[in-house]
Amino acid sequence: MNATEAQALLDSKLTEAMDAIASADASHALDNIERTYLGKRSPAAEVNEAIKTLEPSERPLAGQAVSRYKAAIVDALGARRALIGALETDARLASERLDLTLGGHGRRRGHLHLVTQVQRELEDVFVGLGYQVAEGPEVEDDWHNFEALNFPPDHPARAMQDTLYVKLGRPEQVLLRTHTSPVQIRVIESQPPPVFSVMPGRTYRNETLDARHSPVFHQIEGLAVDRDITFGDLAGTIEAFTSAYFGKKVRARLLPSFFPFTEPSAEFALSCVFCDGSGCRVCSQTGWIELGGCGMVDPNVFLAVGYDPEEVSGFAFGFGLERMAMLRYGVAPIKTFFDNDLRFLEQY
Amino acid sequence: MRAPLSWIREFASIEAAPRDVAETLDQLGIEVETVDEPGREIRGVIAARIIDVVPHPDGDKLRLADVDYGDGQTRVVCGAPNIEAGMVVPFAPAGATLPGGFTLERRKIRGVVSDGMLCSPKELELSDDHEGILVLDPATAVGVDVREVLGLDDVIFEVAITPNRPDAMSIVGIARELAAHFRVPLTVPEPPSRTGGATEAALTVGVDDTARCPRYLARVSTVAMGASPHWMVRRLTLAGMRPISSVVDVTNYVLLERGQPLHAFDLDCLAGPGIVVRLAVDAERITTLDGIERTLTPDDLLICDANGVPQAIAGIMGGSTAEVSEATRSILLESAYFQPMGISRSSKRLDLRSESSARFERGTDPNGVGAAANRAMELLEQVANADVLDGAVDVYPSVVEPEQITVRTERVNALLGTALEDAAVVSALEPLGIEITATNGALSATVPTWRPDLEREIDLVEEVARRVGLNEITRTLPSTTGQTGGLTVRQRERRLVADTLVGMGCAEAVTVPLLAPAELERFGLALDDAVEVANPLRAEESILRPTILPGLVAAVARNAGHGIDDVMLFELGHVFRAPIGDDTLPDEREHVAATLAGQVCPAPIEPDRAVDVYDAIDIVRAVGDALELSGLTLVPASAAGLHPARTAAVLVDGVEAGHVGELAPGVLAALELTGPVVALELDLGILFDGRRRDRAFRSPSKYPASTIDLAFVVADDVPAASIAATLRDAGGALLESVRCFDVFRSDSLGAGRVSLAFALRFRAGDRTLTDEEVGGLRQACIDAVVSTHGAELRG
Repeated sequence: MNATEAQALLDSKLTEAMDAIASADASHALDNIERTYLGKRSPAAEVNEAIKTLEPSERPLAGQAVSRYKAAIVDALGARRALIGALETDARLASERLDLTLGGHGRRRGHLHLVTQVQRELEDVFVGLGYQVAEGPEVEDDWHNFEALNFPPDHPARAMQDTLYVKLGRPEQVLLRTHTSPVQIRVIESQPPPVFSVMPGRTYRNETLDARHSPVFHQIEGLAVDRDITFGDLAGTIEAFTSAYFGKKVRARLLPSFFPFTEPSAEFALSCVFCDGSGCRVCSQTGWIELGGCGMVDPNVFLAVGYDPEEVSGFAFGFGLERMAMLRYGVAPIKTFFDNDLRFLEQY
Repeated sequence: MRAPLSWIREFASIEAAPRDVAETLDQLGIEVETVDEPGREIRGVIAARIIDVVPHPDGDKLRLADVDYGDGQTRVVCGAPNIEAGMVVPFAPAGATLPGGFTLERRKIRGVVSDGMLCSPKELELSDDHEGILVLDPATAVGVDVREVLGLDDVIFEVAITPNRPDAMSIVGIARELAAHFRVPLTVPEPPSRTGGATEAALTVGVDDTARCPRYLARVSTVAMGASPHWMVRRLTLAGMRPISSVVDVTNYVLLERGQPLHAFDLDCLAGPGIVVRLAVDAERITTLDGIERTLTPDDLLICDANGVPQAIAGIMGGSTAEVSEATRSILLESAYFQPMGISRSSKRLDLRSESSARFERGTDPNGVGAAANRAMELLEQVANADVLDGAVDVYPSVVEPEQITVRTERVNALLGTALEDAAVVSALEPLGIEITATNGALSATVPTWRPDLEREIDLVEEVARRVGLNEITRTLPSTTGQTGGLTVRQRERRLVADTLVGMGCAEAVTVPLLAPAELERFGLALDDAVEVANPLRAEESILRPTILPGLVAAVARNAGHGIDDVMLFELGHVFRAPIGDDTLPDEREHVAATLAGQVCPAPIEPDRAVDVYDAIDIVRAVGDALELSGLTLVPASAAGLHPARTAAVLVDGVEAGHVGELAPGVLAALELTGPVVALELDLGILFDGRRRDRAFRSPSKYPASTIDLAFVVADDVPAASIAATLRDAGGALLESVRCFDVFRSDSLGAGRVSLAFALRFRAGDRTLTDEEVGGLRQACIDAVVSTHGAELRG
């Protein structure tokens, strides 16, 4: 073989190889082509073997011819491999299809009770206003639930609260708290002024669970005691938290009322959140919805716990958490909150 | 109470529209529950004079009345027996509308065309009287709208009076508030008093207990019993009271008008001409005029006749013996003041409430007693042809003087946030009947005795606030400078526990913390440690829950009843047990509980699986992890309501915090639940008090780990956790993690034997462990487990 013959061989084999590469459609076919045209018995190997027998002057030419031949095939193989690899990957991935519309494993997040959500939201509003959160026992003594709150024995105001008494101690001395107000007493018994606290919690009435009544419900109560606290501060605070909770367009109004532990006392109402105050069925056409009670802490309460009513003044307010949720989400009847029907719990 | 506007206007000329009056009452603290306009639906009913009455040609009871209605005459068919020619009656012609929205049409009644109807009091909703046609004053002009004639254009405010305002439980009291607000005079005519000694000569009154009965006044009159005139019947009916007889109606009328309850005794039925007021003796009985015999205690006050025979429970209800009746010819009228607390106690104990007791227990005006009696006598003369005996017997040994209260204007302003001058305070208070004198720069208020709620300066501050208007006071926010708002650590951690349970898939429940004794028994919970409600409405709500689970499991059962079986619930709340030591209050703790029922992950991509106790343990672990508890462990245990072989106690630093396990089959069967239900209940206080993991930073090691697996064959009752603990001890600081990854039982291992396989990962913080080191650790672990648990290493 001389150089010219070698060149001719390589040229013809290269054409053959290029055709084979172009028509190959799988990685293993390319592997075979690589072995045939670049392997130990390939034309390139044959020419390389023959170079030793060539005239020294022809050797470089033959060597360059082999190099060109190899480079051309390697490039073509690489390009074809990349193409086929991509196609093969596509095919494999396509065969791995999963139906994602089946959903997940079914593990789901749970839900906080709507009352807890309302409670947290309100607690956070008050924390933002500089208040702390205080708590107390649900079974209380007469002192904290009534006496210290200026409910004298046999006072008609006691009859307003359908009290559930507990068989402990002397009759009618231990009871399920009828409001969260005893926590006010516990807070001021335990610290000097100033006090800025809210007191959420469960409260009880002697009612049996039916559509409109519940023996248990939740209240949140607020207490602010400091020098120079005024009724104007109370009204402003009520306006601040109701608009924080229900939105800016809600207005609050106060109507005189009576509670033994506050004076002046008031009930506070909101412009109806359903009709914006224009009058609807929910607000009985009045445009207002009663929400809770409030007032300036009665001096007798301060005296009962050893604060000087000439030195400090304060206000308190309280309202029902279920009622807040009922107003905001239209939940009804109150029994819904205590049925624990998963369909309700998962709604919120 | 129900207050007709026309009656209010008798004492104050209120010109405002009814809607504004209602709004004003609300703003004054007299809550208007409803505004009632009874005549609102009556349209076109007019006064007409009956010209002639002739029999109906085809009806034995029906008659034909020719009526003149001003613009003409017509004929109507009428079935009432009382009509006569010359009467003026309400005539509803065709086209007129009656209460209830019923519109009349011309129609034939047994062949005769009737051009409308004549109306009974009931048809106009004036009263329940349907005996005959309402007869109007013969002087009434025909053709005039009967709403005008009868005052049916009236508006009635149904108001709720707070317990501190006995004075507002009367028309005069409400009129006083409105007069002050609208700046019009309040005019309450003084009834004639007819002084003289005749009554004192005829009667004796003895009051044994002047503390309970500080004032007792009696008057005497002859009366002609019968029905009250229409104007009185109408007012009483509008005010919600049933007319009974002239005498009873007068006492009710004065009660409504002045807020002073009165009682009329049939003088001839009293065993002696006089009254003794005394406390009852134990178990003394009286039949009240509702026909019920009542048993009294020495704390109940009695009105007795001169012979000491009980005739009334003071201030609450009269007895049946001396009740006025059609046969009554003369009466003894009682007008008294009773101590409020005493009335309140008796009324509560007897479970007997009346219009009288509602006023006495709030506090009536001791100095209004005489005027009320005089007013009643004045009315009896008008409506019962009374011949009133001059004078009265008035036992009033210690006259109640008006309170004197100092009001500091700067105190008013400091509490309200206002900037009022003295003059403004004075003009706020005076229209309420409070007299003010200014002495040495201070205001001194003399408070009328009809306002027993005004005892202190603060009470007058409230009056000023009401008069100024609560919504007129400028709204401000207190300065909370120096205060930091926030939750306590415990409150934040409680939220964290709840959030963790939510993250684990549980929905929060709120169950009623009152249980039935049977629910406790079903759970195997002891009743002797439970706290009982003294006055439950029903047995189902008579025990305070000692644990949360019974209520929570009942909620699972209720959901199952709705076809919802896959339920994961949790609850955070208080539980109650008998007091510790000498405590008065129960041992009240905060618990968290969860129950899981039904299938876990009900998805089509893998087989369904029923919940098992390990799901509950995951939750316990997640809670422990959220709180970063370092010493949370499980040990086999038994607990009420749980499966004896599938329950573990949860220990925190060795202290039992609660249990986790599967519900006992008996509990499931009782609730008709099928399939496993698993549960946990933990004492949050113990969790919160638990030791926490060290939060000091530890740099993760950069060096490679060495992992080895070891399988041990041990007796079936050796807890895996105790082997893991042994491995942890033996592996020491270099053992980074240990995990049990396989539990295997087979015949070849032998009965009662189990193979437990653990993966151990060793790593040092400062070097790569050598094969020798790892080999030594491996052997130490094997040796420890073999010797501690009688294990064999599985090949």
